Amino acid sequence: MKEIFLQEDAIISPLGFSTKENLEAVRTGRSGLLFHEHKRFSQGGLFAGIIDSKELADEFSAIGDPTKFTKLEKMMLLAIQKVLVSNHKIDITTTGLIISTTKGNIDLLSGDHNFEKDRFSLNSLAKVIQDFFQFKFKPVIVSNACISGGLAVIIAKRFIQAGKFNSAIVVAGDLVSDFVISGFQSFQALSNKPCKPFSINRNGISIGEAAAAIYVCDQLNETTNISVIGDATANDANHISGPSRNGDGLFLSISNSLKEAKISAKEIDYISAHGTATIYNDEMEAIAFNRAGLANVSVNSFKGLYGHTLGASAMVETILSKHSLLNNELYKSHNFEELGVSIPLNIIQQTEQRELKYALKTASGFGGCNMAVVLKKSENA
Amino acid sequence: MHSTSFISHFVRIKSSQIFKNEELVFKSEEQLNSSQFLKEAYKAINLNYPKYYKMDLLCKLGVLGTTVLLKDADYTSETALVLSNASSSLDTDLKHQQSIQNMVSPAVFVYTLPNIVLGEISIKFGLQSENAFFIEEQFNSDILQEYSSILLNSKKASSVVCGWIELKNDEYDVFLCLVSNVGEIPFTIENLKKLYLFENE
Repeated sequence: MKEIFLQEDAIISPLGFSTKENLEAVRTGRSGLLFHEHKRFSQGGLFAGIIDSKELADEFSAIGDPTKFTKLEKMMLLAIQKVLVSNHKIDITTTGLIISTTKGNIDLLSGDHNFEKDRFSLNSLAKVIQDFFQFKFKPVIVSNACISGGLAVIIAKRFIQAGKFNSAIVVAGDLVSDFVISGFQSFQALSNKPCKPFSINRNGISIGEAAAAIYVCDQLNETTNISVIGDATANDANHISGPSRNGDGLFLSISNSLKEAKISAKEIDYISAHGTATIYNDEMEAIAFNRAGLANVSVNSFKGLYGHTLGASAMVETILSKHSLLNNELYKSHNFEELGVSIPLNIIQQTEQRELKYALKTASGFGGCNMAVVLKKSENA
Repeated sequence: MHSTSFISHFVRIKSSQIFKNEELVFKSEEQLNSSQFLKEAYKAINLNYPKYYKMDLLCKLGVLGTTVLLKDADYTSETALVLSNASSSLDTDLKHQQSIQNMVSPAVFVYTLPNIVLGEISIKFGLQSENAFFIEEQFNSDILQEYSSILLNSKKASSVVCGWIELKNDEYDVFLCLVSNVGEIPFTIENLKKLYLFENE
């Protein structure tokens, strides 16, 4: 089976408009979660990770007319553009395009805009992206709740291994919208403070927005040598909105991805957890990691920096995990205080340098879905 | 790649009718809207699954369809789900959107994702398996066949339920099939397309 490499990448988020800027913020612990006024909330607003629209438009104006594209489109197009300019060998005519999002341009559903009526649809979003760069392959669109971004990377690997294409640009993105804010608010799932993954005083998620893109291919290049060596998804078959009490689906995802990777849990150096900071999600993850023999492995959540960026989160975090491996750097789990799950976890409390080889990225979402990927750094680093 | 997988069962739900393996299973007496049709069909096939009433229409279509599909069929907890449609969860998205200015219901919001139907089917049949939900402009047999074959060939799934489950403007269009190593119909892109296009006059 072909080895599949994660090559050039880009993250567009409140922490910056490149992977480099994002990594600098992650390293220094500069969070994108700020207080934003919102009339829905009795405290006058909420903590969320929101991209400044004007800064985004300014950045975008270098590649297109900002008024012709929605906020999400600008974010996703910029992410892809940054990947393309960093690797001139990418041939758009032979490269697949995989798009992942939970809600796409859902902010257009209200009808209060000047775009065409069906611009909110995911097929329209895909068409805009395909046409902008003139991709020849028909885009693959995956919408699978909060594992979407990670699942898209998995789908890229599987399609490349099966020979559908030799390489793919995988892009993920989601917005902070009233649609999503009101929904999570109705679930009482939003934290009144910046979210605190795995902490005893966590009380819900902070939402965020981001886009990310990554070039996935079967060739090793000079700059990176990170490959995806195992991957799996599994459903809890338990509840559509609550995490499984025994972590079944996540446990199965991890076990199956390790099996494909042909490595044992002991060899994993680092886990990038989902860590949304809801009471039940973080507890479920602790149970699943423990069942998989991973309770002692260094683990963090990036949600304290980004918030939960929904369909983008698992891709943003896969990219950050890739750079953790490349830089031999473990990033502090932001906003972590005292451990608040029933099983001890080895939460990364200080950013530190350590020789790393294998990383595990996991995510879970509504509909009972779970995913895991195993990343490996090759010897010739 | 040589296909060693077969379509053993398939279900079609469209225009107030349910077909299994090209045989009529249920037809409503009169022209009903989606909601009424799904209620009548529930009774007609003796579904007897109270959770059904809480679901949105997309999930009802999925649970109804798989119940007909998997009756008398072999499946395991590793039977994967690979579904697709064009409109995502639009039907429920519109309901939630209308409620934003007033009272938002978590029981509606939870259905504003297309993959929730994968969760509902997984719960009903105890499937702790691979899941993927793809969005396409129209029924695309290529991606369903290619992705399902990858899962089967790599042994990530013992069998696969794949298909199309579209709901827009109160019109539904469902095609589901069970793919495994037993059956008569080779699991090819052409056969998938043919079965989807089948219309029983």
